[in-house]
Formats: sequence, C-alpha cells, structure tokens
Amino acid sequence: MNDKPILEVRHLRKHFDGTGVLEDVSFAMREGEVIVVVGPSGCGKSTLLRCINGLERPDGGEILLDGARIDGAADLVKVRRQVGMVFQSYDLFPHMDVMGNLTLGPVQALKQPRAQVEAEAEKALARVGLADRAHALPRQLSGGQKQRVALVRAMLMHPRLLLLDEITAALDPEMVREVLNVVLDLARDGMTMLIVTHEMRFAEAVADRVIFLEGGSVLEDAPPARFFHAPETDRARQFLASFEFDAVRQPPKD
Amino acid sequence: MQDLAILFRGNNLRRLLGGLGVTLKLSLVSVALSIALGLVVGALMTLKNPVLKAFFRLWLETVRIVPQLVLLFLVYFGLAKAFNLQISGETAAVAVFTFWGAGEMGDLVRGAITSIPVHQRESSAALGLTRAQCWRFVLLPQAARRLVPQAINLTTRMIKTTSLVMLIGVVEVLKVGSQIIDAARYDAPQGAIWVYAAVFFLYFIACWPISLAAGRLEKKWS
Ligand SMILES: Nc1ncnc2c1ncn2[C@@H]1O[C@H](COP(=O)(O)OP(=O)(O)O)[C@@H](O)[C@H]1O
Ligand SMILES: [Mg+2]
Repeated sequence: MNDKPILEVRHLRKHFDGTGVLEDVSFAMREGEVIVVVGPSGCGKSTLLRCINGLERPDGGEILLDGARIDGAADLVKVRRQVGMVFQSYDLFPHMDVMGNLTLGPVQALKQPRAQVEAEAEKALARVGLADRAHALPRQLSGGQKQRVALVRAMLMHPRLLLLDEITAALDPEMVREVLNVVLDLARDGMTMLIVTHEMRFAEAVADRVIFLEGGSVLEDAPPARFFHAPETDRARQFLASFEFDAVRQPPKD
Repeated sequence: MQDLAILFRGNNLRRLLGGLGVTLKLSLVSVALSIALGLVVGALMTLKNPVLKAFFRLWLETVRIVPQLVLLFLVYFGLAKAFNLQISGETAAVAVFTFWGAGEMGDLVRGAITSIPVHQRESSAALGLTRAQCWRFVLLPQAARRLVPQAINLTTRMIKTTSLVMLIGVVEVLKVGSQIIDAARYDAPQGAIWVYAAVFFLYFIACWPISLAAGRLEKKWS
C-alpha cells in the first residue's frame, strides 16, 4: 500500500430538485485501500458512488482520480473504464450468456483480443467457483451467482478503483456469504474498493476505514475497530444500535 | 356438394388466387412502409419533446378510435369530394394502412425501447461502453427481441384488414369471391359457402405461417 491518493473527493455537493442530498463530502483514498461507506437509508451513499463514476453530475466540489479532475469530465467514458461499479440489482445483460457479459467490456471498450479475454474470463470464473457456468444465461443463475459474475465482469476491466453499491442487499441470506467471500478475496489481492454495505460484520472484516455519512456530510472517518466499538458521535451510536436486538426474555437468574 | 364445382368452373380459381395476389401486394407494400416509418417514428416517440408527444398521441388515438373502414372512405371518397382529387383505390388503401401501421409500429418500437430497465443502460455505461456501443450491444438487441414477435403480429392483422379494401372497389380476393357468387346465383345456389370457404382458406394460408413464426420467436426470446 503506498501513500499516493488514488481518489480525492473535495466538498462534493449534490442536490435533487432543490433538496440537498450531499452537502459537503470530503475524503481521500490511497491505492489498495478498502473504504466502507455506511449510513442510514437515503443519506446519499448511492448518490456518492454514482457521482464518482459520472452517472450523476455533482453540483459542486471536486472529484480527482490519480490527481486529475473527473467531475464533469468531458470524457466520462474514459473515466468509467478506470472505475468499475457493481450495483444492487442484478444488472447482467439478459440476452447474453455469462461469457458474453464478461467479454463485452474488455473486447469493445478496451479493444483487447477476444481469445485473450476469454482465457482470462475462464480463469476468473473458476476462481469464484463458476467454471461450469460460462455458457449459462443470467436467468439460469441464482442471485448469488449473478452477483459473482457481475464482480468478475467489473474486474476484467482491470479498474483502478471498484465501487460496490449494496451488492448483497437483494440476495437471500444464504447467498450473501458466497458473494462477500469474493470481495474479501479481492481485498486480499490489494484491489482499491469503495464499498456501500449494510453487512456490519463484513464491513468490520474488510474495511481499512469506515466512513459514516449522515446529513449530507462525513460525520466519522475512522478505522473499523474504532468506528464499530467506540464511535465518536451520537448519530453513529444510534445508527449502530439499529442493528442490535434486545433480548425478549431475561437470562435465568440463579 | 356439387356446388363446390363453381370454384373450378372457368378461370374462377385463378381469379380468386389473383385477388389474393392483389391483397398480398397491398398488404406487403403497406407493411414494408409501416415498418420502415415505424422504426423512425418509434425512436422519435421516445423523445421528451412535448409538441412531438402531443402529435404522436393524436395520431395514435386517431388510428385506434376511427375504424380503418372509415379512414378508407374518408381518403378515397373524401379526398375526391373535397379537393376534386381522384386517387386509385390501391393508393388510398396503401395510404390508410401505412398511416395506421406506422402509428402502431411506432408505438411498439417505443414500448420495446422504454421497457428496457434504466440499469441496463447504466451498467453498460459503467463498463466503459460508449453511447453507441451501449445501443448496439445492449439496448437494441433487447428491444429487437421484444419487438419482432409483436411486429409480426401487427403484420398478420394488417393482412387480414386488407379485406376491407373491396368496399372501395379494389379488386381483391373478397371482391372476386362475390363476383363468382353473383354469377353463379341461379345454377349453384350453395356456391357462396364454398367460395367463402376458399377465401377463408386463402387468408389462412397467408397468415398462418406468419403467426406460427411469431409464436416461435416469442417463446425463444422471452
Ligand atoms: N435521480 C434522483 N432524483 C431525485 N431524487 C433522488 C434521485 N436519486 C436519489 N434521490 C434521492 O436522494 C436521496 C439519497 O438517495 P441515495 O443516494 O440512493 O441514498 P442511499 O443510497 O444512501 O440509500 C434519497 O432521498 C433519494 O430519494
Ligand atoms: Mg443506495
């Protein structure tokens, strides 16, 4: 891990129809770092990620990738080739098989030779346990399998930075783990990732830093051990408490 | 049963088949024009321009509310009366069917394009595809899979509806049919049934393969 910032977000502001979603968001991330963004639903986590890869246009502030401004960049296509993103919904292309989904970006956007991309795709599929599904259609896959394919699809573009927006939120609980294991694997390989998730145990395991987003700005930016066990703000404490359940019955006294 | 023979009397069968030929020609010309225009119209229909929107709305409502027969009479007799403009029955028929078909086809194209979820566009953008690549590899192939069976369905409806044109005097299969029936009124009084059966059969063999193909495509691509 070196100290050069790969991504810098400075005073980012984004409003929808006059209502502020992001007011003043600033943070920086180094190469190889994994940052998890948490916060109550509707606080603008998705908006933040969408601004970073140009799906939304910021109303103010700056976003820099490797030191160069990318907000309002004329060449959003070039930016997106360096910033991968996986969404919550299953966003595979339903008319193409798994291999077609995986090769489209590298072959068409990066103009890599198809044979080379296919060889790489096969290896990557094997790594996520889907070696035998290369010619399946998305509708023949389970939700967990689809998200693993979506992760592989993003990785085959060799992005500088990977954005993950609640990629397990639509999954049945027993499929969450197989997807998160792939993300943990990527983290071990040194992939730089900005992750939005509601899986707090996973966040604690994968994150180098946790960013708590609330009321349009970053309320906490801390290592997971500190954020989860000694948060500084009341808001963060309340947020974390919403994941706890109080026991209905008292433990027996004896 | 012996009245069945009027089908084979003289050149009656050839005349019926010739009538079907005129029908198919009118249909195919109208269908080809409708599909070509409909693709353009449908693409325009997805735009958010309010003037265009109102215009297409009016067009669609017109072809859906006013029966094709009325449109045919309006164009064929109305134009002649209002502007002293005499157009042939075939021209009137092609004009009306294309007006109808292009509107309906446009709406199918619009529906096929707008039914594709936004995140298909977003995830292809996130993959670094250009706008053109996104349309070519992701959006249009999905729109086409939706569109083709519906367009084939519209085609069969158009072919069937061409039977209306005999009411403005275009010689085609039904008109030939009634001429044969009239001519044989006295010596083959039950002939009508056989002539209409033959007409039914001719329309059936024209439309059936098409709707069979539509059903297959629908199953394969759904
Ligand atoms: N395209 C949009 N138009 C209008 N409002 C939007 C749009 N996208 C998001 N919002 C609003 O912005 C707020 C933040 O949304 P989002 O970033 O999705 O939150 P989160 O991902 O943290 O749940 C929500 O109140 C949402 O309704
Ligand atoms: Mg969200």
